[in-house]
Amino acid sequence: MNGFGPLVRKPWIWSFAATIIVWAVTVLFTGGASSLGLSQAALTFAAFSVIVGIGQMFVITLGPGNIDLSVPATMTLSGTLALKLMDVQDGMIVVGLVASILIGIAIGIGNYGLIKLLRIPPIIATLSMSFIVQSIAIWSNRGLRIKPPEVLAGFSTSYSFGIPNVALVALLLSLVAWVLLEKSIYGRWISAIGQSTFAARMAGIPVDGTRFATYVLCAVLASICGYLLASFSGGAALNMGAEYLLMSIAVVVIGGTAVAGGNSNIPGIWGASLFMFLVVSMLNTYGFGAGTRLILTGVIIIVVILAAGGKKALR
Amino acid sequence: MKLSSGTVRMIIPAVSLAVLLSAVFYMQPRAMSYTGLNLLFNLAVPIALATIAQMLIMAVNDLDLSMGTFVSFAACVTATFLQSSPFVGLLILIGAIAVYAAMGVIIYLRELPSIVVTLGMSFVWAGLAVLLLPSPGGSAPDWARALMTSKPPVVPMAIVASVVIAAVTHFLVMRSSFGVLIRGVGGNSRSVERAGWSVIGIRAATYALAGLFAVLAGIALVGLTTAADANIALRYTLLSIAGVILGGGEFVGGRVSPVGAVIGALTLTLAGSFLSFMRISPDWQIGAQGAILIVVLGLRLFLNRLEKREKNR
Repeated sequence: MNGFGPLVRKPWIWSFAATIIVWAVTVLFTGGASSLGLSQAALTFAAFSVIVGIGQMFVITLGPGNIDLSVPATMTLSGTLALKLMDVQDGMIVVGLVASILIGIAIGIGNYGLIKLLRIPPIIATLSMSFIVQSIAIWSNRGLRIKPPEVLAGFSTSYSFGIPNVALVALLLSLVAWVLLEKSIYGRWISAIGQSTFAARMAGIPVDGTRFATYVLCAVLASICGYLLASFSGGAALNMGAEYLLMSIAVVVIGGTAVAGGNSNIPGIWGASLFMFLVVSMLNTYGFGAGTRLILTGVIIIVVILAAGGKKALR
Repeated sequence: MKLSSGTVRMIIPAVSLAVLLSAVFYMQPRAMSYTGLNLLFNLAVPIALATIAQMLIMAVNDLDLSMGTFVSFAACVTATFLQSSPFVGLLILIGAIAVYAAMGVIIYLRELPSIVVTLGMSFVWAGLAVLLLPSPGGSAPDWARALMTSKPPVVPMAIVASVVIAAVTHFLVMRSSFGVLIRGVGGNSRSVERAGWSVIGIRAATYALAGLFAVLAGIALVGLTTAADANIALRYTLLSIAGVILGGGEFVGGRVSPVGAVIGALTLTLAGSFLSFMRISPDWQIGAQGAILIVVLGLRLFLNRLEKREKNR
C-alpha cells in the first residue's frame, strides 16, 4: 500500500480529493457552463471559513479540550463595531480594521483570563465569554444596518487576476500562519503542548504564554473575518457568525488536523473549506430541498471522516 | 468538618441553585407557590433529561454536539408520527436510539473524534427534522401532554419529575454495576477491557442510553409546548454541556454526577427566569447568563481550593 508515494500519507490530501470530486460532479451537471463562477464563489466563501478555521486550528492544536466557542460572537461584535466606527467613510477603513483587531485581542485576553484564573474548561469559558460578547453586540447593534465604506465594500466583493480579493487575504493569512506553525519556535511550542502539556512544561516551554497567545490569535482572526464578512455582505447582522461555529471546527477536523491536538496542517483547511461550500452548492444544483441537503451534508462529512480515519488503520 | 470531594462537588451546584431560588423568591414572593414553582421549573424537565444524556456521553470521554438537533428531531417525531400512528413513531425512535448505539461503536472502532462524528450527525438530525416538519406544527400525544401538565398533590410536576430523573439516573450511574462500567470506560478503558469486559458493548449501551434520555427530552418538550419545530431545541447542545459542568462533571475521566447534572440544568433554567425578574433589558439577558455561569464556576474553584487546603493540613 505504500506505492502511492508520500503524497497519500499527507493528511490534507483527502480533503482536496473530495473537493475535486464534488467540483467535477457539480460542473458535470451544468455541462461546464458554470465552472468559473462556481470556482470563484467557492473561493470567496471558503476564504471566510479558512480565516476562522486557522484560528480554531491553532487552538485545537493545543490539545484535548481546547476549543474556542466564542468565534461567532467575536465575528459579530467586530463586524458591528467596525462598521459603526467607520460610518461609511472611506478614510476610516484602517481605523476600523485596527479597532476590530483590538476587539479580537480584548476577547482573546478575556477568554484566556477565564480559563486561567477560574480554571474553567475552555469550552465553558469561551461559551460564557461568547454570551457576554453577543450581548454587547446586540446592545451596540440596535437593529441598525450600517453600510461598509464604499472602497472597502468594493474591495471585498471584487477580483484580482480572476481570484476574489477575500481569498487573496485568506491566502496571505494562511501563509503567515504556515510560517508561524512550521518555521517558528511558537509553532513548535504549540505542537509540543498539544502532544504533552506536562512534557512541554518540563522542557521549559512557556506553556501559559503560548496558550495565551494562541487564544488571542484565534480571536483576532475571528474578528478580522467578521470585519471582512460584514464588508462583503454589505453590513453586519447579529446572526452573521452563527454558521461559523460548527464550520470552523468542521474544516479543521476534515482538513486532517488531529482533534487530540499536537498535529495540525494548513493546506487541509483550504481543502475542507472549499469542500464544505461545494457540497452545499452541489446539492443545490441538483435541486435537493433543505432537509435532504442537510442530511446529505452530514452523511458526506461522516463518510469523509471515515475515509480519512481509514488511513490511520493502514499505518 | 470533613467533606469528601464528592460532597463538595454536590454542594456547589446545590448552593448556587438555592441562592438563585431565594433571590427569585425575594424579588417575587408570589413565585413561592405551587403554580409559581411549576412555571419556574417547567422547561427544566426536558433540559434536565438532555443534560443527563450529555452526561452519559461525557462519562465515556466523548462529547455530543448533536444533542440539540437530536432532541429537536425526537420532538418532531413525537409531534407527528408518535401522535398519529404511535407504532410507527415508536419504531422510528427505537431506530434513532439504535443509530446512537452504532455511533458509539463506530467512534470507538475507528478511533474517530466524537466531536466530529456528532457534528456530522447534527446535520443529519436537523435534515430529518426539517423533512418531518418543514414549518412549526404537529401536536402532542395526549399522554405526553397529560403527563407533563399533571398536577400531583403538594409538590408541582416539574419538581417531582426532576427528583425522579435525578434518583433514577443516580441509581443507574452511581450505584449499579453497569454505571461503574460506564465510568470505568471513561476513567481507564484499558483496565476495563483487561478485566474481561467488552468496551464496545459498554460504549454501545451507554450511547443507546444517552439516546433514550434524549428521546425522552424530546417527548417531554413536546408535552409542554404541544407542538414542535425543527429548531425547537437547538440551544440544548450548549445548555446540556454547561449543565453537566455546572453540576460538577468533568470532560474526561468518567467523573460525572447525575444529581449534579439535574441541579445544573435547573440552575440554568432558573437563571433565565431570574434575569427577567431582575427586569434586565433583553439585550443583556444572554450576557448576564454568561456572567452567572462564570460566577458559579468561580465559586466552585474557591470551594475546591478550600477543600485542598483542608486536605493539606
